[in-house]
Amino acid sequence: MMRFATLIKNPADWMKGAGPHSDVVMTSRVRLARNLRGYPFPGFSQERQRIELLERARPVVEELPEMRDGYSEDYTELSKIRKQVLVERHLVSREHAARSSGCAVVVDRKQSISIMINEEDHFRIQGIRPGLNLTSAFEVVDRVDTELEGLLPYAFDPKLGYLTACPTNLGTGMRASVMLHLPALVLTEQINPVIKAIGKIGLAVRGLYGEGTEALGNLFQISNQHTLGEAEPEIIAQIEKVIEGVVRSEVTARAKLKEDHQTMLRDQIGRAFAILRYAHILTSKEALNLLSMLRLGADLDLVGNCDRSLIDMLLLEIQPAHLQLNAARELSPEERDSMRADLTRTRLQSIDGPGSFPPSQSNNGGTTSTTHDE
Amino acid sequence: MNACTINSMKCDVCENEATVFLTQIINGQMTTVNLCETCSKAKGVTEETGFGLAEAFLSPSHRTESDTMEIVCDACGFTASQLKKIGRMGCPECYTAFRDGLDGLLRNMHKGTRHVGKRPSHTNAVAPQILPRQRVTTVKEASPPAPVAPPAVPPPDVAKLRAELDLAVSEERYEDAAKLKSEIESLQPKASK
Repeated sequence: MMRFATLIKNPADWMKGAGPHSDVVMTSRVRLARNLRGYPFPGFSQERQRIELLERARPVVEELPEMRDGYSEDYTELSKIRKQVLVERHLVSREHAARSSGCAVVVDRKQSISIMINEEDHFRIQGIRPGLNLTSAFEVVDRVDTELEGLLPYAFDPKLGYLTACPTNLGTGMRASVMLHLPALVLTEQINPVIKAIGKIGLAVRGLYGEGTEALGNLFQISNQHTLGEAEPEIIAQIEKVIEGVVRSEVTARAKLKEDHQTMLRDQIGRAFAILRYAHILTSKEALNLLSMLRLGADLDLVGNCDRSLIDMLLLEIQPAHLQLNAARELSPEERDSMRADLTRTRLQSIDGPGSFPPSQSNNGGTTSTTHDE
Repeated sequence: MNACTINSMKCDVCENEATVFLTQIINGQMTTVNLCETCSKAKGVTEETGFGLAEAFLSPSHRTESDTMEIVCDACGFTASQLKKIGRMGCPECYTAFRDGLDGLLRNMHKGTRHVGKRPSHTNAVAPQILPRQRVTTVKEASPPAPVAPPAVPPPDVAKLRAELDLAVSEERYEDAAKLKSEIESLQPKASK
């Protein structure tokens, strides 16, 4: 089995590769909620029962072809910081990280599948892909799910579907969500009508860390709310269709910003770069928002020699648990802010910055580089 | 993960909160039909003619959380008031125990009340090298990939009875409904003391 250090040292598949609409869609995730017959749900079970289920299920999960030689850890063996790192990497949920005895997570080598044991449900099987690719994320978890169902007795009802702890997950037990970077819709103040429209068609919009969180760094999560009464491919097709519309709006807004408000745009990106490159104290919130502007600049070819994946890696590394893991100790918020700035300054050394681009060069290029898909 | 609120007792006719609980004893087993105020009046079930047995209105003190009539899941001991409080079920069997009123709740929550997606097939052949440890071999289908029906919860005949129950209630045949209910309960014993 893989060690924690190895897991973290290697960037996940979805961090390295680009997917469809990677300039706007960071990741696509699909998770399935599954439970076993004969056991109470984790929220209503005794520790003894959770441990019994874990001891029965974990070896089975670890031996699934996709999960073999992956990372598997009992939560009693994991420090708070390590669990938080897994949350920041979207491998486990905040709710799951808050639990301990009787819980475990199994992650495949490529970090594209994670299986939480004893979350709100006995199993949460999650697949994550770069860009807009829910279908591919679903195929991955679907395969794992089909394997698991042959080995363990699932709680399934012909009418209600997969039985879950919360009735909001009944039926498919599937939550499909995409993480979107929408700086131009925010800058042009078009984001609220977009969010409202999405809400009206039964999809949920959330911030970076899920339910009830702020949309830091102009990052938004959109996911389905209904799980019963529709088949998985229908749900996915509906979300993908909606997301493609949002992507078009964002791309149009970016092009418009570049064309009509180039000075303002260059100013924002320039300031973002300057602070990130030279600051010595950076809060999480400030860093996320500035990196968002820098990512926009990179996508619009307004920042020289800046790779999007470098920024996406930074977005992960500057988060509290990653910083503390790096420092190998707990850090006070002040220490974190200072270390965050140190890290950002170092990482941005390799970037030419927006200043190196003579303004004249992009005067005729307003429409040529809006999608940045090479 | 949305907040979900659940009313433990819904009217068997219209899904409003039930305030009238009709109790009948058939073959020594007690069964109840739950109705809201409006429906109970509309159907005239408060009169003796509407329902064979007399036990009509329960006084408000009988409907508190400590009510001895409260439904409890036999499998895990989860109660209707716990369900109402936390909005989550105790175990998979709870969906059977708290089936009454569930449809109305699901209608508000989802696109439909009937699952139309993936179903476990148990037909996928398992390569021998991934045989799990011994303790799970008992639940594995070692047979060739012939379609094996998954154990249904509840069994199909119960589902059929439930459909008949729905029909009986919608056609206001309350005596039939009570009989069907007791039949279902005898097949799937649940504590409704």
